[in-house]
Amino acid sequence: MSDTERRRGKVGYLLLLPAVLWLGLFFVVPFYSLLATSLFDQSGSDFRGYEMDYAFGNYVDVLRDYWQPLVRSLLYGAIATAICLVLGYVLAYAIAFKAGRWKNLMLVLVIAPFFTSFLIRTLSWKLILSDDGFIVNVLQAVHLLGDDGRLLATPVAVVAGLTYNFLPFMVLPLFASIDKIDHRLIEASGDLYAHPVVGFFKVTWPLSLPGVVSGTLLTFIPAVGDYINAQLLGSTNQRVIGSVIESQFTDANNYPVAAALSMVLMALIVVMVLVYVRRAGTEELL
Amino acid sequence: MSLLAEAPDQVADDTPYDGLRLRSVTKAFASFTAVDGLDLDVPRGSFFALLGPSGCGKTTTLRMVAGLETPTSGSITLAGQDITYAKPYRRPVNTVFQSYALFPHLDIFENVAFGLRRRRSADVKTQVHEMLELVELTSQARKKPAQLSGGQQQRVALARALINKPEVLLLDEPLGALDLKLRRSMQIEIKRIQTEVGLTFVHVTHDQEEAMTMADTVAVMNKGLIEQMGAPAELYENPRSTFVANFLGQSNLIEGAVLSRSADVTTVDMQGISVSVPTGRTHTDDAAGWVGIRPEKVLIGEEGEALDAPGNTIPGGVVSDVSFVGVSTQYLVRMPWGQELQVFEQNTGRRRRFAPGERVELSWRPEYAFLLDRSQDAGAGAVAGVLA
Repeated sequence: MSDTERRRGKVGYLLLLPAVLWLGLFFVVPFYSLLATSLFDQSGSDFRGYEMDYAFGNYVDVLRDYWQPLVRSLLYGAIATAICLVLGYVLAYAIAFKAGRWKNLMLVLVIAPFFTSFLIRTLSWKLILSDDGFIVNVLQAVHLLGDDGRLLATPVAVVAGLTYNFLPFMVLPLFASIDKIDHRLIEASGDLYAHPVVGFFKVTWPLSLPGVVSGTLLTFIPAVGDYINAQLLGSTNQRVIGSVIESQFTDANNYPVAAALSMVLMALIVVMVLVYVRRAGTEELL
Repeated sequence: MSLLAEAPDQVADDTPYDGLRLRSVTKAFASFTAVDGLDLDVPRGSFFALLGPSGCGKTTTLRMVAGLETPTSGSITLAGQDITYAKPYRRPVNTVFQSYALFPHLDIFENVAFGLRRRRSADVKTQVHEMLELVELTSQARKKPAQLSGGQQQRVALARALINKPEVLLLDEPLGALDLKLRRSMQIEIKRIQTEVGLTFVHVTHDQEEAMTMADTVAVMNKGLIEQMGAPAELYENPRSTFVANFLGQSNLIEGAVLSRSADVTTVDMQGISVSVPTGRTHTDDAAGWVGIRPEKVLIGEEGEALDAPGNTIPGGVVSDVSFVGVSTQYLVRMPWGQELQVFEQNTGRRRRFAPGERVELSWRPEYAFLLDRSQDAGAGAVAGVLA
């Protein structure tokens, strides 16, 4: 190894250092603390303190008591991600291939909602979906909703809110992937007897898979953990796991349960992501 | 167009033609007309080259045949079928793209099999293996395109198009990305494959040497039109326009005035010297013209030396530059009227090399000279030809 190479190696490590320190301090340490808390004795409290007694039973309790919000969160997240994928793919495709000189403007428009607060945007959906709002009135007029039917405080509202809030996270990686596709490859597929629809599934779609995978992950993971949409747009009878964790931490002060729930959620997401990435077969593309 | 009138296979437009035929094809874009009323007949089974500088409309013509562009007007027929507006995936035409456009996510086998699979062809495996054998890539079948060298990728692109046995195979500057040595060997390779499979090849290129090496018919395109079409030797030996004379090889063009015309010879006063040009090589009816002669057809000798060139002898030259390029010596000779003429002399070793400043006499056989239209630019095609 030459001197310059060795120096380059050192510089490499030096560049890694800030991020490693940051993650070590604010991810590894809290993660360890969370893991430890999840195994504390449930009978403890803020006043009396907690005892570490390797209470793996916490996990059993948590799964027994809160499997419904857990499944509901995963379901909401999955549905919102699927809708985001369909809407986002069409949008990203149009921006990448059809927008021409409007490309940059359209990308800015995709990000534009971020300039307003997440809370404000979600609250405004309360107005959009309100019981005497335009959408509900129209749906009632065409009898898609009963006369006393409503959208607010239903899963539909929660999924709509999630879809709206996380769509940009889907569109941007999709756009980056689709925009990179050499248009001549699509011409070549047509030249080789592929109908445009077949050409899409044989060429465009596989080449955009890296964007599909990162887009779905960036959407699904935060959507599953999100509880703002459920709190503002959903019903209190249909809680999501995020709000259960929040209330266990803040209202019930049951730290071990809240921590165990967090661990379960994290483990579930990690497993699902691993299975998903393997199934998508994009390890070498990523 | 006059060149079609002289084509031996000229037939009425409604008779089915088994090759590729373009009739008054025009392609206008918003700001310019790329192809302007083009007529073209490509005989079945031929290796046809469309040669021209960049921007001459040759690639647009190719893309219209492939169905990737729609003509503004005119018609394209292939083996008697009108394909002017047929979708690209519905026409029996395949393309070898300029940068190959291989599918990066598919291995070599699947790239080559792509067209067969789309048409649900039987026996994909056998056919692909046969094709990979033809292009000598059998051992690379399971690699991805990015793992192959440029020359190998080129062969995959060729195999992927050829396997479909198209009525016409289009090659869009297929060798542009390869280095010179590889390009030469691929030229021979592609020519061999074409002879072996017997399909019609239409090859677009700006490289005149490539066109002449590979094609049996070359059409020289300029500004959306065909300047001249014919066998490479015919185009080279008897160019009809200054553009062709300069773009294909190099030419000396000397201003002259026509003295007389007879059945087989035109006599021209070229800067005070009377020279003759065969009538079949006289391409202007005007009183003035450009006398053209290829540098390698010009003989260089000492003043008063009787060289084997009855007819056209031009005395009074002074050698102004000598470059030795191995197979030949290239002279620039300043003539009494101020023009510098190029002379290439084969290095046979039997004649001595002249030095700059020496007085020489040039001569050429009348049958090698040609006469072009004086109104054409004597420099047309020259710069593009040199840059290419």
